[in-house]
Amino acid sequence: MTSSVVENKSFSLRFISTLFIAFWLMIAAFPFFWTFWGSFKVELDFFSKENWTNAITGVRTLSTHGEAFTGAGYEGAWVQEEFWKAVINTALVCLFVVCTSLTIGTLGAYALSRSGFRYAFWLLIIALIFRAMPPITLVAGYLLPFFEWGLWGKLSTTIVVLVAINQPFTLWMLHSFFQKIPKELDESAMVDGCTNFQAFRYVILPVMWPGVITTGLFSFLLAYNDFVVTALLLSKENQTMVPKIAGFLGTTQTEGNVMFAVAAVVSATFPLFVLVMFFQRQIVSGLTAGAVKG
Amino acid sequence: MLLFIFLPIISVVTQSLHIEHEQVFVEVENCDFFGCKKSTMVDVEATAAIKAEKPLGRFVGLENYFNRSHFASSELAQAWRTTDSFGEFYDQVYNLPLYRAIIFTLVYTFTVTPLLIILGFIIAIAVNSLHQRLKGLVIFFSLLPMIVTPLIGSLILFWMIDSRGIIGSFLQQFFNDPDLSLKASTPLMWITLMVYGVWHSAPFAFVIFYAGLQTLPQDTLESAMIDGASRWERIRYVVIPHIAPLVTFVALIQLMDNFRVLEPIVGFNASAHATSLSSNILNDLGGESQLFASAATTSVITILGVVVLLSPVLYRTWRDWDRKV
Repeated sequence: MTSSVVENKSFSLRFISTLFIAFWLMIAAFPFFWTFWGSFKVELDFFSKENWTNAITGVRTLSTHGEAFTGAGYEGAWVQEEFWKAVINTALVCLFVVCTSLTIGTLGAYALSRSGFRYAFWLLIIALIFRAMPPITLVAGYLLPFFEWGLWGKLSTTIVVLVAINQPFTLWMLHSFFQKIPKELDESAMVDGCTNFQAFRYVILPVMWPGVITTGLFSFLLAYNDFVVTALLLSKENQTMVPKIAGFLGTTQTEGNVMFAVAAVVSATFPLFVLVMFFQRQIVSGLTAGAVKG
Repeated sequence: MLLFIFLPIISVVTQSLHIEHEQVFVEVENCDFFGCKKSTMVDVEATAAIKAEKPLGRFVGLENYFNRSHFASSELAQAWRTTDSFGEFYDQVYNLPLYRAIIFTLVYTFTVTPLLIILGFIIAIAVNSLHQRLKGLVIFFSLLPMIVTPLIGSLILFWMIDSRGIIGSFLQQFFNDPDLSLKASTPLMWITLMVYGVWHSAPFAFVIFYAGLQTLPQDTLESAMIDGASRWERIRYVVIPHIAPLVTFVALIQLMDNFRVLEPIVGFNASAHATSLSSNILNDLGGESQLFASAATTSVITILGVVVLLSPVLYRTWRDWDRKV
């Protein structure tokens, strides 16, 4: 049906739109490829004063390391600067944030969607206000009490804060997924002799998986991409990847350190790359689910 | 959940009404061969003792809000009295940290938001007319700038616009100016930050609009064609009205997101040229002497800003909901 509309397009229009797409693709993707390519060079090549083509051919890299590609930046970042610790911390934070917020989220959203009271409106308002509030204003509120109670700098504190910041959004998203599931489904399960919890566990959850996965993806992204909370609430040993990279920047003056940061950035981007590759459809559906509902 | 939302807000408000303790000074007499000298020293122990007793600091009421680093009422009044032209007045105001941040935040928010909506819309239209197989690939690459961590995304661009990086050196050749550096001048830095903002958020608008285009009623489109509407007229009178609610949604989300712009300023190392409300708070919290009171005051001002920004939307949601129920 769409083809009937598309086919009678004039050649010039098609040409322009293809050109535009190519242009956009270049803007969107080129920086990533460029940085990935450059992360295997030495600093004098990636930031070349003489000639920008050095970054492609790797003249200096060749003369320093004997090859056009070098893993020195990665070695420096992962081994010398102990980036692997940050990676483990990030993995821990993300895992626990996703698990906790999904557990609370599914149970809470299920209850909300079946209660029929006007909770949903207030939930939406809270989610909206929370979405609008710069997280840093909240962090400013957390900091002093956390210092006083000696909770500052621990991974667990950060996880709790991230879950709390995430929760209204998770609840709202899962709530709109649960509403799509007809009430008759759990009613018939209960008629067949399930308890309330069994109905939830064996009937609703299997139907809900796509929604749970989508919501989980978004809470993962939030935990992974967060800068403010992790930078201010974690002590130096416990830092996750993003504040760690921000920390690299402070020490860029000495030669070679810039390449550590470049290598670390590429390492941190890689999981996201894989994520988008496998879960593209879920991400798109999650974004649009919010739009259609909101 | 309520605990974590409302307590910090209360905490921020209380903190903003206090100020750090003054340091306790003691006079010490140093005697050596050349005689005795009196000098004042900070009594570290006594200061720490007071701090431990009342961690919040002294209560000062609203003073924090009107001191130099926030609303700066006295400086503002003075600037108004002493300057003749509006330009001069603006210069003086721009030197006050809070107004500087507010000006940048507002300019950023209201430039980036419309631009990214337009760009996202054009991309969505163009992608929609692509061949089916190419679409997935294009969507994949389009999502990248949005999904990537903001700080990391801005760093990647930051390295490219470095005067020795690829875009930086290209611009130097293009304008034939070897000293051109995006980092050195304030207007160029602002433009760079905004370009980054559009780059980062356009995919979001694109995805939403693209989904909207999928539900476009084909019948209406075809009848418009039969009635002799040109391609442009069809976009103007069929497509745009169809996705208008989505435009409101995207504008709302992006207004909120852009209002709290922070990561690009950190990533581009641009705090000398541009500061936003959020980056002011980060500066206060992150420095050697953590200025909780100052940070809290800016936070309260930011929250008020968000409320003002959101109030028309909140009001409308409230009304719509009431009508529905």
